[in-house]
Amino acid sequence: MSSSRLTNFLVPVLAVLLGVLVGSIVMLVSGYDPIAGYSALLYGAFGDNYYIGETIRQTTPYILAGLAVAFAFRTGLFNIGVEGQLIIGWLASVWVGVAFDLPKVIHLPLAILAAAVAGALWAFIPGFLKAHFKVHEVIITIMMNYIALHVSNAIIRSVLSNQGFKSEKIHETASLQSEFLQSITDYSTLHYGIIVAVIGAIIMWFLLEKTTKGYELRAVGFNQHASHYAGMNVKRNIILAMVISGAFAGVAGAMEGLGTFGNISVKAGFTGIGFDGIAVALIGGNNAFGILLSALLFGALKVGALEMPSSADVPTELVDIVIALIIFFVASSYLIRLLLSRFKKEGK
Amino acid sequence: MKKRRFGLALSLVLAAGTLLSACANNGDKAGDKKGFSVAMVTDVGGIDDKSFNQSAWEGLQKFGEDNGLKKGRGGYDYLQSQSDSDYATNLNKLVRSDYDLIYGIGYLMADAVGQIAEQKPKGKFAIVDSVVNKPNVASITFKENEGSFLVGVVAGLTTKTNKIGFIGGMEIPLIEKFESGFRAGVKAVNPKAKVEVQYAGAFDQADKGKAIASSMYASGVDIIYHAAGATGNGVFSEAKDLKTKDPNREIWVIGVDKDQAPEGVVKAGGKTYNVTLTSMVKRVDVAVYDVAKKTKEGNFPGGKTIEYGLPENGVGIAPTQDNIKPEVLKAVDEWKQKIIKGEVKVPKTREEYKQFEATLK
Repeated sequence: MSSSRLTNFLVPVLAVLLGVLVGSIVMLVSGYDPIAGYSALLYGAFGDNYYIGETIRQTTPYILAGLAVAFAFRTGLFNIGVEGQLIIGWLASVWVGVAFDLPKVIHLPLAILAAAVAGALWAFIPGFLKAHFKVHEVIITIMMNYIALHVSNAIIRSVLSNQGFKSEKIHETASLQSEFLQSITDYSTLHYGIIVAVIGAIIMWFLLEKTTKGYELRAVGFNQHASHYAGMNVKRNIILAMVISGAFAGVAGAMEGLGTFGNISVKAGFTGIGFDGIAVALIGGNNAFGILLSALLFGALKVGALEMPSSADVPTELVDIVIALIIFFVASSYLIRLLLSRFKKEGK
Repeated sequence: MKKRRFGLALSLVLAAGTLLSACANNGDKAGDKKGFSVAMVTDVGGIDDKSFNQSAWEGLQKFGEDNGLKKGRGGYDYLQSQSDSDYATNLNKLVRSDYDLIYGIGYLMADAVGQIAEQKPKGKFAIVDSVVNKPNVASITFKENEGSFLVGVVAGLTTKTNKIGFIGGMEIPLIEKFESGFRAGVKAVNPKAKVEVQYAGAFDQADKGKAIASSMYASGVDIIYHAAGATGNGVFSEAKDLKTKDPNREIWVIGVDKDQAPEGVVKAGGKTYNVTLTSMVKRVDVAVYDVAKKTKEGNFPGGKTIEYGLPENGVGIAPTQDNIKPEVLKAVDEWKQKIIKGEVKVPKTREEYKQFEATLK
């Protein structure tokens, strides 16, 4: 048990190291200085209070998006629709934030709840179709992403604004932004969302590992027929798994809507957070604690990358290459596991 | 056994960590604060978008060269945004690097510029294509409707099928200015011509531009004016494909923001053609240069909105005019004078266009 746990921990770490290593080879080959590049990356992610604030802010939606993907994955479903559920959640949170005038204790939780419900509803559709008609959730969720994007754009244009390209700012009472957090991080965009994200991770861990329902959900993921034979309601569990996953994704959207931006604008394309969430979940081993770490890694890479062109003349695209390499090595974890087991045998 | 393996792995990780962090402290060297320094943040398009951001960067480069500045901290520089959430981060990064003047390129950055300008009242900012009412922000806008009117005149007088296309990036008031001005220009010189309007919904998706252009050309449209940034690159590629298949077919693209003649060059049947009829240039470079110069001289136009139109050479038709007939150019010049003198008021919105159309009858 402890040996396999160790391997589970080592595989992503080695993958990250290999990704960084191969990334530096790519930099060398294309004529950039990898040491300057990576030091700029590190400085841009953790160099001072401001950058740390930005990194944590970027990490926040990644945690929740990663949890959404991981939750579905643990229950045997592949939710590619996190991106769409996130956009719908973002929209719902801003809508509530703009439309109501309530005291903060009610308004803020209500806005986050609205995002969760909206994301859950968006994920209910593919869950329902999967449970009752065996329509593959990957296809439906991909399609639902586009529907979410264009529906939300249309609503922003015609309902939340007068044919404009962005909504009004949400009321102060629904905002996660905090002058205190901004002041200690020298005006970064850090907001209280990180607390919500960490609570989300605890909820996911508790739900899956410590409750009967969580056991059922995982059981259905492992083997539908056996679960059915054991007297579980497979259909209901599939829908429930999608709905919970969608709720996490919706809350990820609320982090952007109530925290980072305070409004929503017409989007030309996807935010990418939902898709990156798949990678976050993968690197985090679909485990709540692992996702906290891998989301931090992603947040640091994304924010740190912005520093690379200005202080090391390395294009930010190289960070995308490094990220891709890390994902590649995690996905080919079989290779790493093989190497590790060889290593083990020789050690004996 | 197990422990030793773990220890080895752990020490590897730590070694890599120290190696990387040891060289992490050279990022914060403060630039020598001597001369004037200026920087810009692009939107997701980047400085090679063959359009708007590129034009701004050219203006900044020219300003840098003319004033003996070096690229990089303490001189002139740019940061590219990878997503919407990078705008504020990038602007803040430049403020923290002590640039004297910081541009946000594009209306999408208005919120971020406003927010950072409030947090950093000592910084000087400029926003292109939008208006931010803050004492330390200069707002730069263009009369795109006037420039679009002129290329509308060209299109109206050049079309043979009397069907003309307009492809917009996103359906926002800014692009509506292009659309309304263009349609007014076409209608003013050729009342029989029809303008088909479509929006791609994005500024960075060349494939969508190509798909829309394909259906427009198939329906008999012979000239397409695009105001869609990099999405418009797809319009050029579709026109060039069609030209390669049938070099005798007369199809044209009207470019936007920059002189897009280089985009339209195509070789077919051993001859070289250019599908770019003309371009509506929006001299972001002129405006960026102008505001930087003013600021350097101590006349930072903070809190003001500067509108660049035809008289200021802020908009107009491109210098490459090989494909336009001389009599058309003459007409363009006449209309240009009328607009400058104020005899013609070019519509900015669809509402104003309707009123304009009514006056023609």
